[in-house]
Amino acid sequence: MQSAAPLVKMSGVEKNFGAARALTGVDFEVNRGSCVGLVGHNGAGKSTLMNVLSGVILPDEGEVQIGGVLLDNGYDPAGAARHGVRSVFQELSLCPNLTVAENLRISHPSIKGIGWRKAARKVILDELDRIFPGHGISPDTEVSSLSIARRQMVEIARAFSSVTSKIELVILDEPTSSLDQNSAAQLVDFVRQFVGKGGSVILISHLLGEILDASDKIVVMRDGRSVAVDEARNFNRARLVRDMGDVLAENSEFGARSGAKREGPPVVTGPAEDEHQLVLYPGEIVGFAGLSGHGQTEMLVRIFEAAQGARGPIVATDRAAFVAGDRQTDGIFPLWSITQNIFVSSLERLKKGLSFDFERAEREAQDWQSRLSVRTADMGNNILSLSGGNQQKALFARALGSDAGIVLMDDPMRGVDVGTKQEVYEILAEEAANGRALIWYTTETDELKHCDRVYVFREGKIVAELSGDALNEANILGASFEKEDA
Amino acid sequence: MARFLTPKALRTLLPALSLAALLAAIFYLQPRTMSYFGLNLLLNLAVPIALATIAQMFILCVNDLDLSLGAFVSLTACITATWLNDTPLLGVLALAACVVAYGALGALIHLRNLPSIVVTLGMSFVWTGIAVLILPTPGGSAPEWIRTLMTLKPSLVPFPIIASVVIALVVHIGLMRSAAGTVLRGVGGNPKSVERAGWSLLRVKVTMFSLAGLFGVFSGMALVGLTTSADANIALRYTLLSIAGGILGGGEFVGGRVSPVGAVIGAITLALAGSFLSFLRLNPDWQIGAQGAILILVLALRLLVSSRERRI
Amino acid sequence: MTWVSQLVQKPWVWAWFGAVSMWVIITGVSGFGAGGQVMSAAASFGTFFVIVAIGQMFVITLGPGNVDLSIPACMTLSATLAMKFMNGDPGLLVPGFLISLGVGLAIGTTNFLLILFLRIPPIIATLSASFLYQSTAIWSNRGLRVKPPEVLGDFAVAKVAGVPILTLVVLVVTVGMAFLLHRTRFGLSVLAVGQNEKAAKLAGIRVERVRFLTYLMCAVFASVCGFFLAGFSGGAALNMGEQYLLMSIAVVVIGGTSVAGGYANLTGLWGASLFMFLLVSMLNTLGLSAGYRLIVTGAIIVAVIVVSGRKLAR
Repeated sequence: MQSAAPLVKMSGVEKNFGAARALTGVDFEVNRGSCVGLVGHNGAGKSTLMNVLSGVILPDEGEVQIGGVLLDNGYDPAGAARHGVRSVFQELSLCPNLTVAENLRISHPSIKGIGWRKAARKVILDELDRIFPGHGISPDTEVSSLSIARRQMVEIARAFSSVTSKIELVILDEPTSSLDQNSAAQLVDFVRQFVGKGGSVILISHLLGEILDASDKIVVMRDGRSVAVDEARNFNRARLVRDMGDVLAENSEFGARSGAKREGPPVVTGPAEDEHQLVLYPGEIVGFAGLSGHGQTEMLVRIFEAAQGARGPIVATDRAAFVAGDRQTDGIFPLWSITQNIFVSSLERLKKGLSFDFERAEREAQDWQSRLSVRTADMGNNILSLSGGNQQKALFARALGSDAGIVLMDDPMRGVDVGTKQEVYEILAEEAANGRALIWYTTETDELKHCDRVYVFREGKIVAELSGDALNEANILGASFEKEDA
Repeated sequence: MARFLTPKALRTLLPALSLAALLAAIFYLQPRTMSYFGLNLLLNLAVPIALATIAQMFILCVNDLDLSLGAFVSLTACITATWLNDTPLLGVLALAACVVAYGALGALIHLRNLPSIVVTLGMSFVWTGIAVLILPTPGGSAPEWIRTLMTLKPSLVPFPIIASVVIALVVHIGLMRSAAGTVLRGVGGNPKSVERAGWSLLRVKVTMFSLAGLFGVFSGMALVGLTTSADANIALRYTLLSIAGGILGGGEFVGGRVSPVGAVIGAITLALAGSFLSFLRLNPDWQIGAQGAILILVLALRLLVSSRERRI
Repeated sequence: MTWVSQLVQKPWVWAWFGAVSMWVIITGVSGFGAGGQVMSAAASFGTFFVIVAIGQMFVITLGPGNVDLSIPACMTLSATLAMKFMNGDPGLLVPGFLISLGVGLAIGTTNFLLILFLRIPPIIATLSASFLYQSTAIWSNRGLRVKPPEVLGDFAVAKVAGVPILTLVVLVVTVGMAFLLHRTRFGLSVLAVGQNEKAAKLAGIRVERVRFLTYLMCAVFASVCGFFLAGFSGGAALNMGEQYLLMSIAVVVIGGTSVAGGYANLTGLWGASLFMFLLVSMLNTLGLSAGYRLIVTGAIIVAVIVVSGRKLAR
């Protein structure tokens, strides 16, 4: 019973973040009474597209219509709510210090007056009962004392619950990431019921089985474009994986670095009881793959702490340096010059007597400027005067300029332009040849071509170790997505 | 037994338990306090402290800290003992202006994203300065009606107990039970999510600071009602007492987790701690130190409880 | 004229500008004789402000939430214990000074351990601990004013060519501290932690070690200040540290150190110390009472934060 005009019609949507092109002219439609599955690898543009739709960010180009109304520049999350668009984001957005019922009140201002608590309790409890029968959540429990899975249930139920405001479309971004199988299946059933009554859902998930079960239509995105749009019944798991991957892209290059010699003892060893034990030898570039947020960054931080002398199951026998990917929060010292930002990790090495040797630091900074071609007139300029890509080069220089034998890279190429990337790839290869051990977590599958071996992460664990011929995109994607839908 | 004493229950009960333990100890040391007049005497000064603690709690609830509260209460006490007594209209206007000033501070802190600690530290000079100008030497006198209110002798239950219960209940209903209070607390827990739902963070912050100002004014008035006169430094120690009381009562520095009932209990506990120490014949030199020690102890206990909670 | 525009951009210039303006007003109202006298007094009193402010500056530079509120109690306790021990005997001057240092080290360590283990904001840790220190001082002092050995008193007020010797000593210390802050591993680490604690940790800086040394240093400066202040003012008194809490923070903030952390300078500390002293003198000269003095002081602190906060927002 789909009516002719689509509920959501996005056409030619473009969005750039600095040099990075997040969306390059996307057309996207959602019909009333249907569920659209949205899949793609990290950085394919799914979340950006949904942020545009829910009013969190404005597109650079293109237009968005909801219910036939063209949205203007004043569109924001509140405006989205007025159009009946609700979102469940990946990051939980409940207030942990409030109860379940009180959280409903935050997003539904119309619940008020005497007896509001009773009303709120009933609404959220009814919704929870409908979506997750047997959930066992009391509406008077404080959210902070719920498990992550139950918080996610509350969040989903809150998005689907209706008091006076209208509800047309619910965007579910990885809604099942922390639900158990049973609850996830309940959610899929409910989504089918919801669309059966004329509602619409956009579902983003890394569980392909879930996408295939819940959706009427599936949109596959890659590199900021939608590359396949088709009825769900025309897809299967194999086709989804194939469409997501960049089959044509220089697949032959995989394995180009394989076969690097292993000399001496490893510098990093993970817990021996792991199914795929982590090891890292000098001269190696080891990749961390898998979907973002599946424990790669945590592992890097644990290795870093082990290298600093923290006791634990991970053993690191050399000093480690960290290249942050989230530059603003993990990397940059905003008040300092480029030179100071580079040598903050070399305070001990660059000591002359009691003092830090600024002259030597400046000389070495010149070397790094030419080696990494940092585009600035003067390395004494403030770090923020650099573009994002050049800031990232400074962070690379910080790690490579230190005396650390282990270099840990936390998805360092986010928002970096292609030219810079090529320059950095070569330098990383040089550093490995000089005997450094590198771990490179990246969300861009292409970059794994520059690695000797790759560990694939899923749900906080290493689920596959790939090297040699086995190191290819299909195997990486397969291991990242594999779960109950075998 | 073990099932009832979960860490969470323990944390909620901690304030009440410590008050009960303290009361028991005082009754044991001084059986005479176990009477209407004994309790009246013992708890009288707890009322203004409880009001100040509630004021601090509003600030804590939005993840800020007020280091000027003691100076502010001293100022409102001075206004109460002078203008409100001599020229009531001017007094009321001045006290209202104090509340507005607090709201404006909240707006300033929010809009400029300033550290509340340093701003309020600076403001404490200003409050004390104004107080010194209004009342250069200790003196003034309490308006008759406040004096009457604070020295009420209701039958059966002493006034301080009734007052504490009323304060705790009113704030509990307003902040913890009402629909509007939910939004106010939500800002402490997850401001982004509250803002995304369409609420104005600025309005919430101004509301909370104004409420703090209002209860600061009440605290100063109640204090003058008891002491009958004021001076510019009369309530300086309320800054620490209010923070300690709020924390003792189960509040936390960040995350919007506060409890009005706990705060009032915490304030009473601290007020009693002084009497307890003097009954113990503890050297009065150690009175202040004991308050600091109690605060550290409570924080340590809390940490112990919550670390057990996490392990479960 | 570029040097003028460059100078105006330095945050510490305004403190010095303020100090000079105050002095000009005082001299204008009361004549050059009074102007000279007040300058000499400002140098003496300002020196004590600077000593405590150096420690507080390092603490505040560690970033939001880092303030040491135990400074007054630390000063009092250090002075009390040291004066009591020496009991006016000049021969015990060195062990007395060591006791004062020991008090600083003990208090700094206690403060840090409370912050580390109770995982509470430093402001609460130092505030509650300060009451313990204060009580210890009251208990040991018993309200008496123990006189310092004469040598100490003489040293604290001695002058060379009209400049207090203590001022010269502290000037040298200031230069040393500027070196520590801007050129050594420790100082650069403090600045890094203050700008971005997480990035500092990932850049390999031992954040907790830096924090420990900073709080330790702050307490030691406070205790040493208490020691000499007792010599200067004729003995240890229980309320001797009272005004130094707010003063230390005010001097740091007005001196151009960022309350958001990560930026500090020592030049501004001297300007701000002189400014604060001269401001009070000026208000006195103009015949304004203590009330106005307090209001103006507070308003200036708030105004400085509002203005510098705007810079951060940009």
